[in-house]
Amino acid sequence: MSFELILNIVAAGLLTGLVYGLMALGLSAIFGVMRVVNFAHGDMMVVAMYGAYVISTGAGLTPVQALPFVALVMFVFGFLLQRFLINRFLQATEHVQFLLLLGVAMILTNGSLMLFGPDARNIQLDASFESYSFGPLLLDKVRVMAAGLAGLSAASLWAFFRYTTTGKAIRACADNQLGAQVVGLNINRLYAITFGVGTACVGAAGSLLLMLVDVHPHLSTDFTLLGFIIVILGGLGSLGGALLGGVVVGLSEALSGILLAPSLKSMFSFGLLILVLLVRPQGLLGKRA
Amino acid sequence: MITELTHGVPRRALVLLALLLVALLVAPGLVGDYMVSILVILLFQAYLGMSWNLMMGFAGQFSLGHALFIGLGAYTGGVLFVEYAISPWIGMAIGAVVAAAAGAVIGTLGFRFGVKGVYFALLTIAFAEFTRILFDHWEFVGSSSGLYLPVANRDSSDLWNLRGSATMFYYVALGMSVACFLLSHVLLRRRVGYYWQAIREDQDAAETLGIDTFRYRMAAVMLSAALTAVGGTFYAFYYNNLYPETIFSMHRSIELMLGPIIGGIGTLFGPVLGAAVLTALGETLTHMAEGSRLDGVKQIAYGVCLLLIVGLRPHGLWPWLRRLLGLEAKS
Repeated sequence: MSFELILNIVAAGLLTGLVYGLMALGLSAIFGVMRVVNFAHGDMMVVAMYGAYVISTGAGLTPVQALPFVALVMFVFGFLLQRFLINRFLQATEHVQFLLLLGVAMILTNGSLMLFGPDARNIQLDASFESYSFGPLLLDKVRVMAAGLAGLSAASLWAFFRYTTTGKAIRACADNQLGAQVVGLNINRLYAITFGVGTACVGAAGSLLLMLVDVHPHLSTDFTLLGFIIVILGGLGSLGGALLGGVVVGLSEALSGILLAPSLKSMFSFGLLILVLLVRPQGLLGKRA
Repeated sequence: MITELTHGVPRRALVLLALLLVALLVAPGLVGDYMVSILVILLFQAYLGMSWNLMMGFAGQFSLGHALFIGLGAYTGGVLFVEYAISPWIGMAIGAVVAAAAGAVIGTLGFRFGVKGVYFALLTIAFAEFTRILFDHWEFVGSSSGLYLPVANRDSSDLWNLRGSATMFYYVALGMSVACFLLSHVLLRRRVGYYWQAIREDQDAAETLGIDTFRYRMAAVMLSAALTAVGGTFYAFYYNNLYPETIFSMHRSIELMLGPIIGGIGTLFGPVLGAAVLTALGETLTHMAEGSRLDGVKQIAYGVCLLLIVGLRPHGLWPWLRRLLGLEAKS
């Protein structure tokens, strides 16, 4: 196996991993603030990808141009979902929350199945076959674009939590819910915004991933599990950790795909998950709870 | 023996249970073949639900990866029968030991490293998915193209080799469910049952009181795994085909725990009630969805029902129904 080939595989894995990371950011933010494990995350991802597909084919836009619309729609969806449904179950036990989100997941995935059928759909872009070359390194133009925008989205999310008043208030809620209530923060509204921001990340990630892979309804479980692996790897609740986890998973998928067999790639990821859960349950960048 | 079983159980509950048992015993003679096959699924789901409930409901250890144990039981029983012509009853026992060993590995790692709650659930998923892909690539067990048992002759019943009619499987499933129900009932009243509930409510407090929480949590995981594996062997012989993709899938783990959650986690009868509700719901929706030509209608309605149940009866249906029937145990 040539050095060039491995180099190219690694680069492609890293770039795809950034998009995975953006998806997992949403899961991590929702858990970090509300302690809710979003079992419907992969299903939301599928919905976002179909959303990007509909806007792209319907309005003749590229998925990149569709991204703001998809993210906005997903934000509103997440906001309302949290405000009117999930918020009532924040104090419930884990398995009740699990059942709740499982119900949401079934409705989302099968709704997509009803509307679009079981066949895979994809978007053909003019730039699909173009690439950048740096010496031996060949990078798909589309993949570079997707990774760049994923990085940009993640950076704006970080800026939102770091610099805006709302973002700071959300972090206050995450640190100390009672304290936040005492100083007069409207936690119901902040929780809804957080959930909306989390699903907006999914919306952005879905639009970008549509440029790289085909979408069909049965991807949802894979995405949910992928999201879990990434956030556990990086540390639940840690934003930088989610991106790092995404890159590690993208890399390990790409490498095991070429060194072992493509069908073994997720076994590698699950092995990694078991290892991290045992040895470093707080994740690579997480803090001990 | 009998007095130990009935002690402290309200008379009305005993009468109702006896009536239910009689109804289930005579049911195959009264209903058609199709209905019997539905009842087999119902009893099978009830059995698996009770096995899972033992670990989650009684001892408070959340497993999302029970498909692992079903798969291990199914493949152990299946491979022993196909390759070595060993009776499924012996295969069941060996499968149970294999699954208990797998449970011991997960339990030891999880508990020794202090993996708790949702994290423990994720650990169980990870092991199940890992094993699924492993079986997908293992030639000896048929890898991803599956393992097939010789198709059963539905006319003559060979109980020793579990080859026979749906009615035979019905009585096997009924026997397994009754045994699992009685086992849960007895264990709950023994020392181990009280220890489990103490651990479920507050593990640290239980530890402080001198309960060896590691040992009793391990017992719960291994027993639940072994019982689930027995169900897995039953699955293999009832359906005659095994694919890693379906038997180890997360959907199976989820399906298995829906019954007890809907019926009422940690209750004795909850898993049975939950299995009945889900089977009835699934059948009704299938009939209703047959008219519409859209995929996924049934699953959407299923999802809506889950939301309704969790919204209206978050503790499950059984605690509520029990009150309505006046079956609260007097203490």
